[in-house]
Amino acid sequence: MPSDRSMNFWVGAFMIAGLASLAVLAFKVSGLTTYFGGNSYVLTADFDNIGSLRVRAPVTIAGVKVGEVANIQLNRDSFQAKVTLRIKQIRNDLPEDTTASILTEGLLGSNYISLSPGYQETYLANGDQITETHPALILENLVGQLLYNTKSKAEKADNKKT
Amino acid sequence: MVDQIVRIGRQGSKFCSGVGQAGIVLFHTTVRKPRLRKLFPLLIEQLYHVGVMSLVIIVVASLFIGMVVGLQGYNTLNKFGATAQLGQLLALSITRELGPVVTALLFAGRAGSALTAEIGLMKATEQLSSMGMMGVDPLWRVIAPRLWAGIITMPILALIFAALAVLGGYLVGVEWLGIDPGSFWSNMQSAVDYKTDVLSGIYKSFAFGIAVTWIAIYQGFACVPTSAGISQATTRTVVFASLATLGLDFILTTMMIGGW
Repeated sequence: MPSDRSMNFWVGAFMIAGLASLAVLAFKVSGLTTYFGGNSYVLTADFDNIGSLRVRAPVTIAGVKVGEVANIQLNRDSFQAKVTLRIKQIRNDLPEDTTASILTEGLLGSNYISLSPGYQETYLANGDQITETHPALILENLVGQLLYNTKSKAEKADNKKT
Repeated sequence: MVDQIVRIGRQGSKFCSGVGQAGIVLFHTTVRKPRLRKLFPLLIEQLYHVGVMSLVIIVVASLFIGMVVGLQGYNTLNKFGATAQLGQLLALSITRELGPVVTALLFAGRAGSALTAEIGLMKATEQLSSMGMMGVDPLWRVIAPRLWAGIITMPILALIFAALAVLGGYLVGVEWLGIDPGSFWSNMQSAVDYKTDVLSGIYKSFAFGIAVTWIAIYQGFACVPTSAGISQATTRTVVFASLATLGLDFILTTMMIGGW
């Protein structure tokens, strides 16, 4: 049986190890508070279709993560999806003619938002809206269009023959 | 025929009175005037025996389980060319299920059985009743610190398990099999949510801690005070605690997924 002092030490070390594991799980594994705090601002963008975009999906510029999706709502007036983006504050803000598009990571991956900055000298401020957006490409719609096109082509070819 | 029915009835009433007695033990150990200054040194001692001494098996088991999940996951995901999603698979399966459940099973085997055997032997050698004769309440002196130690220890062990299992998966996936570490962590972070995954795992381990320690303590307290009785009680602790863990896990998971 160990002495009182070493027992206290080990119990204390045990508690600290537990807290350290909680910190690892919170920050490293679940990515809590990645973009919280003062130096971030919020932009909104309306999309025709967001596909399977989720809250906390990454927002990238040129493939580099600069923020995340904070909120997704339906815009009751235009029936578009209103997406709120939380962007890390960089030295220069984004130009006003920035476009936002929803892309897919790989063929079957999750959706994310890619921003491509424009060239204007005026900049987007906190709470502004990104007006130029490209909706997500829905794989089913693409396949449907492809089938439709090939079918009509085949019909045309048949008509020519007869 | 009548004998059969009589036996079923006897078993049933025995089971009910057992559950009732276990409830009484739990009630009398937890609901009472707290004497923290006296309880604290006893609690530290039990935290050492229940918690720190279980650490070795938890550390070794978590590293190996993380590495095995990493290896299996890599081989399966490789078929779809989606090995970058390994971090997600690993972290979700460990924080939600494997962490709390495997820790509780190991805890039942390592600490639960020891608690039962210790209390059972105290009962067999009449230490408990002599304490009562000296005016020291054995429920307070012996049972309460062990119960609290078990309840405090389980979530901490589950946290350590989860963190080290992720590390084990990282070692296999990134260091050995060569997945890109950036996509490993970023996929993990975008998939794992603190509230729904990490916190629900902690709630689970907390519930398992209460169940396992309660069963272990009651089995020790109610055992037949002979050597055969102690061995039976120890076996029963491990069996009941493991089954209770798995059953509770199902109920808690339905509650968490169902959202109530």
